[in-house]
Amino acid sequence: MIGIEHYIIVSAILFVLGVLGIFLNRKNIIVILMAIELILLAVNINMVAFSAFLNDLVGQVFAMFILTVAAAEAAIGLAILMIYFRGRGTIAVDDANQMKG
Amino acid sequence: MIQTFAFYLFAVLVIASAVMVITARNPVHSVLWLILAFFNAAGLMVLVGAEFIAMLLVIVYVGAVAVLFLFVVMMLDIDVAAMRAGFMKNFPLGIAIALILLAELVLGIGAYRTGAIELGTPLASDAPAMVESNTAAIGAMLYSKYIVLFEAAGIILLVAMIGAIVLTHRPSKSKRGQQDIGKQVRRNPDEATVMKQPTVGEGVEL
Repeated sequence: MIGIEHYIIVSAILFVLGVLGIFLNRKNIIVILMAIELILLAVNINMVAFSAFLNDLVGQVFAMFILTVAAAEAAIGLAILMIYFRGRGTIAVDDANQMKG
Repeated sequence: MIQTFAFYLFAVLVIASAVMVITARNPVHSVLWLILAFFNAAGLMVLVGAEFIAMLLVIVYVGAVAVLFLFVVMMLDIDVAAMRAGFMKNFPLGIAIALILLAELVLGIGAYRTGAIELGTPLASDAPAMVESNTAAIGAMLYSKYIVLFEAAGIILLVAMIGAIVLTHRPSKSKRGQQDIGKQVRRNPDEATVMKQPTVGEGVEL
């Protein structure tokens, strides 16, 4: 019997994997962006699971808004990545210290 | 029974592909694993009856975001070996933080299962079960009660689109093909055309 706990556990594991991905791929900003997408996916799974569990559709409506924000974030993040690569010829975020005070 | 099997299939695949996303050597492979992860997450959502969000996930993520990722990954020529340099160095710290986070989440879920905290019954739990389809119900809610949020989401997407274009737009270096719109608008027939009446057998001097 599949309960809400199963969904929360899958979502929690996915969230942790996303955080771990940010730590492991410190140099590769593309994979960092993908890890952020994984985190948002975990949040969405949680939202939808609780929406079904509580029989309340608001969770699914808000999952849609999270999806919107995630798409906007990916577009802007990749655009910033493009101009960064154009200016520096590399996407190594370790070198991104030009703005340090 | 079939639901249990489908749940475990989707759950195992989504977690396995998430692991592959963060450990794959090649960013292109990471994107492909990400697509698989999104498909399986959509499957998980279909299992609980959220078909609309599941299809949206497939359309938006697989159709748009993942393709955008692939496009960017292939456009930038990346030194994959240099990218992997910090992987082992960051491994112990990353694993430690991930384990702490996972332990906390498991603790939270365990506490939730015992049901110690009573925050009251959810608002809609006593509502009658939906008779209309998932998509119709979401649409009815989205276009009435949450219309302002819906429009705000549209504005967010518009701003993101304009921002991405402004950030990456690069005016061309060459003079050819440059368009001065103000100059074109200022032009009027008097300065742009001349009337000539050449006599027969002679050319026209402009």
